[in-house]
Amino acid sequence: MNKRPWAFIVGGLLVALVLAGVVSNYASSHPDGLDSSLLKGCTVDADDNIVGGSCPAQQAKDHELADSPLADYGVRGIENGFLSTGLSGVLGVLLTFAIGGGAFWLLRRRSSGGAVDGASSGAVAAAGRDASAEGTASAPASRS
Amino acid sequence: METLAMHISNGIINGPVAAIFAALALATLTVCVLRGRRDLDDRLAPMAGLVAAFIFAVQMLNFPIFTAGVSGHLLGGALAAMLVGPWVGALCVSVVLVVQALVFGDGGVAMLGLNITNMALVGTAAAYLLIALLLRVLPRTPAGLAITAFVSAMLSVVVASQGFVVQYWLGGTTDLGSNLAGLAGTMAGAHLLIGIGEGLITATTVVTVAKVRPDLVYALRGLRPAAAPTVPAVGGVR
Repeated sequence: MNKRPWAFIVGGLLVALVLAGVVSNYASSHPDGLDSSLLKGCTVDADDNIVGGSCPAQQAKDHELADSPLADYGVRGIENGFLSTGLSGVLGVLLTFAIGGGAFWLLRRRSSGGAVDGASSGAVAAAGRDASAEGTASAPASRS
Repeated sequence: METLAMHISNGIINGPVAAIFAALALATLTVCVLRGRRDLDDRLAPMAGLVAAFIFAVQMLNFPIFTAGVSGHLLGGALAAMLVGPWVGALCVSVVLVVQALVFGDGGVAMLGLNITNMALVGTAAAYLLIALLLRVLPRTPAGLAITAFVSAMLSVVVASQGFVVQYWLGGTTDLGSNLAGLAGTMAGAHLLIGIGEGLITATTVVTVAKVRPDLVYALRGLRPAAAPTVPAVGGVR
């Protein structure tokens, strides 16, 4: 149980990159549950554009960042749809991992690891916390 | 033109209500950070980053539901709660929604509080309550884990969809009058079907992770007899 998670993290990221970079091109382009619920009352054409009626979706306004280079899950300037969607997905996965992983890494508790001597600092912390913890002897070793 | 927008767009809910939910979301996320720090260690932190990245990827994969012309996609609250716990899990989904709103133009920036409330907070909370309950009653087998993941994912999506209905009741820009019940029904129906997909994806993912690295599944912590209790207490303390 003391294995480091990095091999698993890299493997998981590769799966996510394939899903966002390749499989995303086979996703359904129909409106999702929310959008379709907001389209109730309107009639739409084959491309899901509103052609008549009245419904909540008609109130929708443009996104503040509709001109972002990655807006609508495509890379601006890349004509090939497959490539554009896939590349935006890859960038999104990497960006989300960088921002999320970075923030979580900064927020983490550092008592058990990160210290120069993880074993001794862990033992001190554990001993100070609760003398009855029988895991005291083994826990710091297993964490290092 | 096709767009891949999947979250609440600008203009759907009025500004004041959106602002109230932004404040509410910010306050709740602060609590999540404070409580989540207790869970975040050297192992959970990179795992949480991976969970966020994975949810981003799978949210792009809109799948057809059995109603013509309607698709669904993962929300991720149950998946995050199973793998990294409720507090960090809510933060994972929030990170995804922030990246989508600020970089991919999906979900209005002014609507971010609404989207975070529904998917990251309500969805994850509902999922975790169900997970905690189901893991107590179901057998501790891969099947029990799969059922827990499936059911909590499916129902949490329906609950999250009703969060939007409440928001629309408070600040929807089109007066639906007595048709609000219709919106609630349409949202619930569509998200029950989406929930089946959410449940299948969540169960498959969680069972796979549990097979490869059970120690990285938050929901399994404390369920298995850990190594520690088998060791006699040192000096008979306790």
